[in-house]
Amino acid sequence: MPNLNWKKYLWTLLITVAIFITAFTLSNYFNDKKINNLKDIADKISTDIMSSETQYDLLAESSCKDITSNVLSQELNTLAQKLTYSEQNLNDNSSDLLRLKTYYTLLQIKDYLLMKKISVKCGTKPVFILYFYSKDCAECEQQGYVLTYLREQYPDLRIYSFDYNLDNPALHTLISLYKVKNTLPALVINDKVTNGFIDKDKLTATLPAWMLATSTATTTKGVSTSTKK
Amino acid sequence: MLDLPNLIICGLLFVSVFFEIFLLLTFLENKGAMKKPENKPSQDFPTATIVIPCFNEEESIFGTVESLLALDYPKDKLKIMIIDDGSTDNSWNLMQKYQGHPMIELYKKENGGKHTALNFAISKSTSDIIGCLDADSFVSPNALKDIVAYFSDPKTMAVTPAIKIYNPDNILRHVQKVEYDWGIFLRKMLSFVDALYVTPGPFSFFRKEVFKNLGPYRKAHNTEDMEMAMRLQTNGYKIKNCHTAFVYTIAPHKFSKLFTQRLRWTHGFLKNVIDYRDLFFNSKQGNLGFFVLPVMIISAFSTLWLASSFILNILSKVQTWFLNWQAVNFNIRPLNMFHLNLEWFYLNTSIITFIGIFSIILMITFVLIGRKISEGSFKLRKDILYFFIIYPFIAPTWLAKSVYNIVLSKKTSWR
Repeated sequence: MPNLNWKKYLWTLLITVAIFITAFTLSNYFNDKKINNLKDIADKISTDIMSSETQYDLLAESSCKDITSNVLSQELNTLAQKLTYSEQNLNDNSSDLLRLKTYYTLLQIKDYLLMKKISVKCGTKPVFILYFYSKDCAECEQQGYVLTYLREQYPDLRIYSFDYNLDNPALHTLISLYKVKNTLPALVINDKVTNGFIDKDKLTATLPAWMLATSTATTTKGVSTSTKK
Repeated sequence: MLDLPNLIICGLLFVSVFFEIFLLLTFLENKGAMKKPENKPSQDFPTATIVIPCFNEEESIFGTVESLLALDYPKDKLKIMIIDDGSTDNSWNLMQKYQGHPMIELYKKENGGKHTALNFAISKSTSDIIGCLDADSFVSPNALKDIVAYFSDPKTMAVTPAIKIYNPDNILRHVQKVEYDWGIFLRKMLSFVDALYVTPGPFSFFRKEVFKNLGPYRKAHNTEDMEMAMRLQTNGYKIKNCHTAFVYTIAPHKFSKLFTQRLRWTHGFLKNVIDYRDLFFNSKQGNLGFFVLPVMIISAFSTLWLASSFILNILSKVQTWFLNWQAVNFNIRPLNMFHLNLEWFYLNTSIITFIGIFSIILMITFVLIGRKISEGSFKLRKDILYFFIIYPFIAPTWLAKSVYNIVLSKKTSWR
């Protein structure tokens, strides 16, 4: 071999590998931080739900106006948005992410149940939309946009999104409770199940008149449903 | 773990970082040797012939000839041969101005292509070393003396110069200037590891034995300067780069011209590499066959791969926009779409990002070293930004087209 300097190539290899290990470590470090950030948010939501529940129990015989309920949806949305982003962008830590997604799903169900209880007790007429999607469903992405739009327009609307295929007993129960069929997207609007994509206008038509009156174009906080993918 | 497309990108990044580190080590190894002149210029200068092949060059021929006449070199040792390769414009009449000049010989022949003009001159020349200067280029006065110094090593058979862009005056030329600065660095490093695979048309010099032993220039897919270098390498002839011999070339000023030029280069490179495939992993070949040429092929592949995955990415974004528009007439903030959220959470922290940033920083360093060689100082100017924004979009175009042409066996043209 005339001018092959093996020692130099070996050094080059060592340095290159060292750079890749450094980059790998850095990437892992930041991804772990992201997962921890998600865990923090989820924990905070859990605490909030628990305190709302406790508040509800304490005030069982007291007036409804003391119960703070709207704080929560904002945080659930932030968590949803970050979870969606992480699912798309963090390639590893998938087991952590899956656990967090399950956690998020449970938190949504708990929030839903609590809100229902409060509405019954206080005689309010909120609109609940349960949205079931899956990763491989063609129209779910569009349905997600429609729901994000509605949530921005009508902050009082309570939208919960569920990955239909997530393996969790509570979710299975919710699905069988409403007999949601596996034709996605599926929506449960105030206990009524519909399958297939519903466009913006049709969905708006199902909302009660009082809610349409509160339509706002001033919502500026980042709101997004955990949609497809 | 990473999925397959990302794994491929990681692999390609590994090769390019490996190459960059190799260049960096080569630079650190030879930094000292670059400062002092390679060899003391010998008092006994060899005779030199400079060929100017000329086909319709009425606009720039004077500048080229005048820059050669201004060379700091013994007048009795220098011969300039202007070969009119059947120009159809006023070139030949303009050249008559030099009729009878003691250093200049004028010839006119039927048009046959650049390589035929070169061979015509080579057959007439009796000088020790022969070089060529395209009629759209100029040289700095010290260029020939510096180049000759490298020939004091009897094993050196060819010496290449450092090519700069003449008067970059628009963005496209500034982008090319950055590219040429990088080229100045790269060629010097390849010279240190004996892996030069081009002896550029403008102002590369050869010992006359090269043509005697290895034969004249060939058409070589309109890149006779690559073919010649590969032929030299195949025969174990040493090629060196003289980084202080500056040649200024007029760069294409608009994209269509640049595209034609680069298509010719890329196509020529790939075709010559196919012709000289024996260079690859040949036990007689060193760095060139085992490392530099394979890396060049891989980098051509990665450019295409990255460009197409980038385009696919953009397409999927467009599709998302379209779906969104269908669903709610764009009632979504662009910020959410691209996750350009200012929160750190939405910064991309994948391994590819970190390696990519590192690789770009090294690349900028190399451009700056090239600039230090060519201008004497490290200057971080806006043109580097233009380069990184514009080049990734334009380079894949000629690469893709030349691969396409090779697959369908089409030919390229000079202009």
